[in-house]
Amino acid sequence: MAPVLDIQNLKKCFGSFTAVDTLNFQVEDGSFFSILGPSGCGKTTLLRMIAGFQKPTEGKLLIRGKDMSNVPPNRRPVNLVFQNLALFPMMNIYENIAFGLKRQGVGATEIARRVDAMLERVHLSGYGKKDISQLSGGQKQRVAIARSLVLEPSLLLLDEPLGALDLKLREQMKIELKKLQADIGTTFMYITHDQSEALVMSDQVAVMNEGRFEQIDTPRNLYSNPASRIVASFVGETNILHVNVLSRSPLKVKTDFGLELIGTSVKDSLDDQLDLFIRPESIILDPAETIDDTNRFSLTVRNILFDGSNTKILATVDGSNHELTVALPQNQQFAHIGKGDIVPAGVHIGSCRCYPRG
Amino acid sequence: MKNHFRLGLFIFLTPVLLWLILLIVVPHIELLLMSLHGKDDMGKTVWTLANYGHFFTEEIYWYTFVRTAVYAIIVTVLTFLVTFPVAFYITKVVSLRLTGFLTILLLMPFWVSELVRVYGWMILLRESGVINHLLVSVGLIDAPIEMLYNDISMLMGLVYTSMLFMVVPLISSLEGLDDSLIEAAHDLGASPLTIFIRIVIPYAAPGITSGSIVVFMLALGNYLTPKLMGGKNSLWFTEQIYNEFIASFNWNQGAAFGFLLLLLSSVIIWTGLKLSRQKLGRALS
Repeated sequence: MAPVLDIQNLKKCFGSFTAVDTLNFQVEDGSFFSILGPSGCGKTTLLRMIAGFQKPTEGKLLIRGKDMSNVPPNRRPVNLVFQNLALFPMMNIYENIAFGLKRQGVGATEIARRVDAMLERVHLSGYGKKDISQLSGGQKQRVAIARSLVLEPSLLLLDEPLGALDLKLREQMKIELKKLQADIGTTFMYITHDQSEALVMSDQVAVMNEGRFEQIDTPRNLYSNPASRIVASFVGETNILHVNVLSRSPLKVKTDFGLELIGTSVKDSLDDQLDLFIRPESIILDPAETIDDTNRFSLTVRNILFDGSNTKILATVDGSNHELTVALPQNQQFAHIGKGDIVPAGVHIGSCRCYPRG
Repeated sequence: MKNHFRLGLFIFLTPVLLWLILLIVVPHIELLLMSLHGKDDMGKTVWTLANYGHFFTEEIYWYTFVRTAVYAIIVTVLTFLVTFPVAFYITKVVSLRLTGFLTILLLMPFWVSELVRVYGWMILLRESGVINHLLVSVGLIDAPIEMLYNDISMLMGLVYTSMLFMVVPLISSLEGLDDSLIEAAHDLGASPLTIFIRIVIPYAAPGITSGSIVVFMLALGNYLTPKLMGGKNSLWFTEQIYNEFIASFNWNQGAAFGFLLLLLSSVIIWTGLKLSRQKLGRALS
């Protein structure tokens, strides 16, 4: 069976600016696919091309194997959940959800049945008669998604729909969206600049930058094996050290402040100047002497950033002024640490990932 | 605190109340009383309903009355049809920078008095006017045609003088319409026509209502344009009132007609609001 979405050499230019640069990818049926990228990377343009609001400059866009070049937005089997939701203020909730079904010419009793079923699905049973203005932010969100899902699209596009919500609600909606998608089985294509949204919800994440995909992978792989410098710095928190190569195989590098480390090269490069990435949680405090393949150094605690289970410390390395962010283990083992303490630390060489400086 | 509030309310309300009472309520009470008076056979002033009776017995009054109402409604509808595309274009199609400029262009003709504007049309349309001159010199027609002094020219003049009062509320209501609503409707399967009927018109409904009320009342109460651009048969009810007051010097009859016109406009606007399920307060806010 053909993939839900098949993008072939898709390109979009605005004048001399290339917003989307020759993309090729497929989205599998029933998956939760996210596109993660900074604002202005072309992700909204890509989404609008799939929905049909913008025409590609070059390339092909197939949905379930059918070319969509000359199909207007109202005839495409995709629906878009807008960033600002775009609920119709002159209609109540029932009418909003029924809008698309009416356009398809579905009978009144069938519409009532499907709208009620959809309202129940998004936990808004009995809200049909209410006005849009009577709903909270999260409820509006769910109406917007229900309005699209009731049409049973092949592909549901979501354009940063959680952006307008406050943090707590966003966390809650993340989980709800993931559950909803698993329940219904519709393919979701979700664009966001928030890496945690993408990582938590998705089966597959594409990291987009300057109109191109840097990497398409599972969230776990994206986090632990970022393919490029951009992915490594955009996905998850990380410490970046500028290093010079001392020797190759094994890769031995030296930082600006004189610390010598053994690292892992991700991309082959003849460049002598590399960037070394270390995740805050891969720095082990007080490592046992028996662990092999570990770079060892000492840290001076400068600051403690208390944030519950997410507490971190800022510490300088070996008496230099370079600060590293280190995540504290959650078992309270280091709860006694205070400012000025000197702690031995280590990083496994596999966690010292070196990328060409670009 | 409460006294302060009362004082403030009093200060701000006084001019409005004075205006309403002195210029609207008192003259209307006077008119009402006048309309209920008449002279008996002896020339004495007595209470009577004869002024209203005349209206129902004389066919010409009836005829003008209904004609004026129907034409005022037609003017309102035509004004809406002409201005809606303009308002839509200004707010939704051109760039934001041009919106203000185009709105000012629309307002410009209205800096000139209505009289001058109507004369402008007359210069264009009359037998020896600009359009006739052009048509003859191009050879499309052999002899000049009289384009003025008929119902069509009168309707056109009324639509032209009313346009501003429709286009401004339409622009302000369409300005609030988020483009993504249109796109969302398109995405959910609506054709452009359906989007227009289901999304754009309902969204602009308060603006349409307030524009229509103003245009309707202005057209109904207009005197100048029907008088100057309408023909011998294009009688407007305001002309009847004028005739009674000035030509026949029958103030009692004129007052009765004035009251009937007030009643007429109120009934039609009320019916319009009921039919379109709009609320007066919401439309005018």
